[in-house]
Order: sequence, then structure tokens, then C-alpha cells
Amino acid sequence: MLMKLFTDLMGWVDQRLPVTDAWNKHVAQYPAPKNFNIWYVFGILASIVLVNQILTGIWLTMNYEPSGAGAFASVEYIMRDVDYGWLLRYMHSTGASAFFVVIYLHMMRGLMYGSYQKPRELLWIFGMLIFLVLMAEAFMGYLLPWGNMSYWGAQVIISLFGAIPIIGDDLTQWIRGDYVISGATLNRFFALHVIALPLVIVILVFLHILALHEVGSNNPDGVNIKKPKGSVKPEDLSKFTFHKQYSGKYDIVDAVPFHPYYTVKDLMAIVGFLFFFCWVMFFAPEGGGYFMEAPNFTPANGLKTPEHIAPVWYFGPFYTILRVVPDKLLGAVAMFGAIVMLFLLPWFDRGTVRSVRFRSKWHLINLIQFAICFIILGILGTMPATPIANLIGVIASFGYFGFFVALWFYSKNENTKPVPERVSY
Amino acid sequence: MKKLILAFTLSVAALLSATALAAGPSIPLDKANNDLSDKESLKKGFKTYLNYCLGCHQLQYQRYNRTFADLGIDDADGVENYMYTGDKVGDHITNNMSKKDAAKWFGTAPPDLTLEARLRSPDWIYTYLRSFYIDESRPFGVNNTVFKDVGMPHVLQGLQGVSTLEVSEVRGEDGKMHKVSTLSPAMGGSLTTEEYDVVIRDLTNFLEYVGEPNKLERKNIGYWVLVFLFFFFILTYFLKKEFWKDVH
Repeated sequence: MLMKLFTDLMGWVDQRLPVTDAWNKHVAQYPAPKNFNIWYVFGILASIVLVNQILTGIWLTMNYEPSGAGAFASVEYIMRDVDYGWLLRYMHSTGASAFFVVIYLHMMRGLMYGSYQKPRELLWIFGMLIFLVLMAEAFMGYLLPWGNMSYWGAQVIISLFGAIPIIGDDLTQWIRGDYVISGATLNRFFALHVIALPLVIVILVFLHILALHEVGSNNPDGVNIKKPKGSVKPEDLSKFTFHKQYSGKYDIVDAVPFHPYYTVKDLMAIVGFLFFFCWVMFFAPEGGGYFMEAPNFTPANGLKTPEHIAPVWYFGPFYTILRVVPDKLLGAVAMFGAIVMLFLLPWFDRGTVRSVRFRSKWHLINLIQFAICFIILGILGTMPATPIANLIGVIASFGYFGFFVALWFYSKNENTKPVPERVSY
Repeated sequence: MKKLILAFTLSVAALLSATALAAGPSIPLDKANNDLSDKESLKKGFKTYLNYCLGCHQLQYQRYNRTFADLGIDDADGVENYMYTGDKVGDHITNNMSKKDAAKWFGTAPPDLTLEARLRSPDWIYTYLRSFYIDESRPFGVNNTVFKDVGMPHVLQGLQGVSTLEVSEVRGEDGKMHKVSTLSPAMGGSLTTEEYDVVIRDLTNFLEYVGEPNKLERKNIGYWVLVFLFFFFILTYFLKKEFWKDVH
């Protein structure tokens, strides 16, 4: 009786909006390669963190006061007087750092298994756009507690735009809405942080997933699981039912429906992730001074510079690249260049073999040196500039850019291993 | 691969130590070893705060009744014995000192201390309050080894007395002479050094509490959450295993 009511209701809806079809196409009958390894959980973890940020953000907004006079006190109000306000705030602040942890690992996965290569260039571009907007989102959010590090961090980053010739000074003033960082800056950052940028991120994530489902998921072997129609013996076909969108065009091998196979697997990953997330959130929400910096426990003061202004750790790599270049304008160009390089990665890589498993030794070494340089740049970004740190920073910056240049050269005629027909599982 | 990972770990470790050395030494701090669950200590620290600090330093984000509740003081007792300022039990712990005047008197207005323990660390507070010494060149006749040329007078001099800074030359491991400054034992206070340290430990304890009143609750909830997630993880593992049985 109840079941019939539900079927009738779904039938009524489906005639008007293809809900069941969309569910099948993107979840219950979406062919996902069965050989995903642990590197493939960071996408779903990023979505979990995104949801966390949006929900906790909404509740924080209810008690936060976006004004130069009231912001700092309202954060302490949330910490003390709002029921479980401290939990909401720590979920949000820990979430910000966790977001970058999972996004950096997600990007590393793409690098390792060639997930940016043809035909996934647009998918990669959407991902990079998300990363870019996420950095803006995090930067603006960091100003909102109106602590002294919020203030001076914003001061340093906004002043970068001042390095642009001719329009620089006017541009920084336009961004701040004032001659210095002030309540006006805080208010516009608040508007962008809680409405404009999250909206853009959500739309981009939607496009990222649509583009993913159009071209299909890559896998650790970089082997295509969609074979030309009619080329696979019936006994080799995947025994599961997939949406005709996929199975109508291709013979699908080595795949499982996303639901329930990857929903249960991802659930395990989510719980495992939450374990570490909660560990940090409940026992070290300041993240050793890296997630919440000590000078931020005193209100913004334009006359009192913190001893050592450091950006939050996740900006570290790019901040170091900025800092090691002696000229301010060239430094800013190098910093933005570092991100542009990532955008162009699909075209720097001229190879056709995707996964590092079947690529040359040079590629493996290049990937590892890139990861090492990135981490070193990140560590340096949180430390005071000293001559020795600067020297290491220059070397690591060369390693960072060198990755792309070297890739462009050796990928054309790379000595790769034979790629198997089917994935290994 | 394993060698590469090892090399990577070593290089990062070497880098960290190199840059840490380059950053130079900071002032060594004494360990406060305070205990947030010790309510008697918190109460004593609260009392010391009210008697010696509140005249200049507000706790403008913290309310009286919240403090009473967390420290196990009932409101009537609190109003009677702990409320020197404010009208209502729900008021913030503030004073009436004008910031403008204060800046004139001390060179800079005394900061709010609600978040001092988070800004500087409990160990810093514990060490700082035990590091005043006589320096006639300063307006209040004292200076501090932890916070050089601080504008604050030694408010607790009546309890601790006051030290002098003794500079001596010591031959270091590198064979060169180094200047080493040590504080002499404080003289002229009503408390012994040990008693004074306890007073400061209680005060530090109170300031750590005020910095984050939910700290203990946070950790208590945290244990339960982690235990739950641990068992939930095992459950999801078997769920996943069950489903994936038919994937070959």
C-alpha cells in the first residue's frame, strides 16, 4: 500500500522532472572503475568539507557581527555565549584547513594518474577554478574574525595588487574600499565570503561533477574502462547494469555502479577522515598555531604589527614563491604564474600514457621532486625570511616550475611501459 | 620508492632544523604545569585576578555568572564575594578605567586579558609574572626579562618582593665569553618564592580557563566522538566488505 503510493508519487514526479533517471545516471548506474585506491577518496571528502563549511557558516553568520567595532567581540560571543558556538566555530576553522589538505591530495592524485589528460582537460580546468575561488574564499574568511593577524595578513596580500604598474594604488584602494583596511573592507569581504564566492564554488563543483560524468572517471591504471561498442566478448563485460547513457555507447568493463559500491566505500573513508578531523578539532583546534595563529587572539590593530606576519599554512607554497623573488611585481607575477602553470598542465603534458605506473622513471622522479618542493615551499611560507630559508626557497621554486618545463620536454617522446588492456584489480 | 620516501623525510627534517636555527633563540619559559580541572586553584586565581589585575585589565568577553558556574561558585556567593564591578550577575567582567587616561599613565592602555593565555601561552604568563626586576631607568622602577620595557608596574611586589638582574660573564662551549643574566631571589615580599609561584600558577590557571571556558568540555566531548567514530569505522568496514564480496 505504502510502496504503491511511493511508486505512484515517483511516477508523477518523473513525468515532470527526470529524478529517477538522474539518480541512475549519476549515482545508481554510474560506471565507476573498480580499481580505485585510497587516492580516490579525496573528492568526496572535499564535498563533505564543503557541506560542513556551508552549514557551520550559516549558523556562525547568525551570531557574527560584520563590523570593525563588533566583529572580534562577536566571535568571542559565539565562543562563550552561543550554545555549542565554540563547536561551530572550530568545525568551520578546522574545516578551512582540512579543505586544503584534501584538495591538495586530490590534485596530487590527478597528477599521479594523469587525470588531467585528454579528454579530461575541462574537468581539470573546473577543478583549478574551484581551487582558485577557494583560495579567495579562505583569504576573505580569514579577515572576518578581525584579529591582528587577519588584519595584517590581508594588508600584505592586498598590497600585492599595488605592485601592478600605473593602476596599482587605485586598485588596492578599490579593493579595500578605504585608504587602509577598515570596517568597509570587512563588510565587503563578508558579503563575498558568505554569498558570492560560495555560490560560485557550488556552481563550479556542480560543473566539475557533470564534466566528470561526461568523460568518465579515470583510475590508478589510467586505462579506459569504456571500450568501443561490440569490441568486448560478452563474458568480459561488467555484469552490472549501467545507465544507457554509458552502456548504449560503449562496452563497459571493470566497473561497478557508484551506488552502492562506492557509497559504502566512501562512507568508510568519510568516517576515517572524520576521526582525524575530530581529533584535531577537539584536541588541537589551533593546529599548533598553524590553523589559528596566536596573534589573531588580539583584535585588529593598524598600529601594531605582529612580530612575524605569516599567511595561513595553505598559502605557504605560493607565498614563498612570491617572497623569494626580490622584485615585488615580478614576485607577484611568479606567484600567479605558479597557479597558471597548474591550469595549463594538460597542455604541458604531451604524453598519452596517463598513470605514473606505466610512465618513465623520469616522470616518477619529476613527480616526487615536485611534491617535495611544494611541501618545502609550504613550510618556508610559514617561517620568517632568513638568507638560508630564502636560498632553499629559490631552489624549491625552480623545482616547482621545473616540473612543468621538464614534463613538456620529456613527455613528447617518453620511454613508457606497455599499458595493459584492462585495469589490475 | 622506499629510499625516495626516506630521502624526502630526511631532507624535510634537515630543512626544518636549519631554518629553526636561523630563526634564533627565544626566551626560555618556565612550565606553568597548571591544571584546569582544579577548581580550587581556579577560584584562588580568580580571586587574585579580582584583587590585583581587574583594576587595570578587563575580561570584557567573559561574564561573571559564566565564571561562577564553571568554577562551582553559586551566584549568591559570587555576587557577595567575587563581584567587585558590574551590577548584574550576567555582566561582563569589566572595569571603569578610561583607556585614554590609562594610555597617558602607562604609555599604552593595559590590554584586555580574556584571551591573553591564547595569545601568549600559559607558560608565558607564568614566567612573565615571575620575571620583574629593579630597573631605576623605567617609570615604575621595574623592568621584565620576558617583556622588555613593559609599561606595567610590578603589581604583585607586595607578595613577591623584587629581584635584581645580575649579569655575569660565562665561558661558553665555543670558548668565547657570553653575557648571562640571572634574576636574584626576590626580596621583601610577604610570600616565600614557593608560595608566590603557587599564587601565579593559580592565576595562570584562571587565565587559561578564561581564554577558552569550554576547553575541558571540548576534550570531554572529543573522547566520546572519537570512540563513536572508531566503532562506526569498524562497522562501515564490514559493510563495505559485505557489499564488495560480489565484485571480482
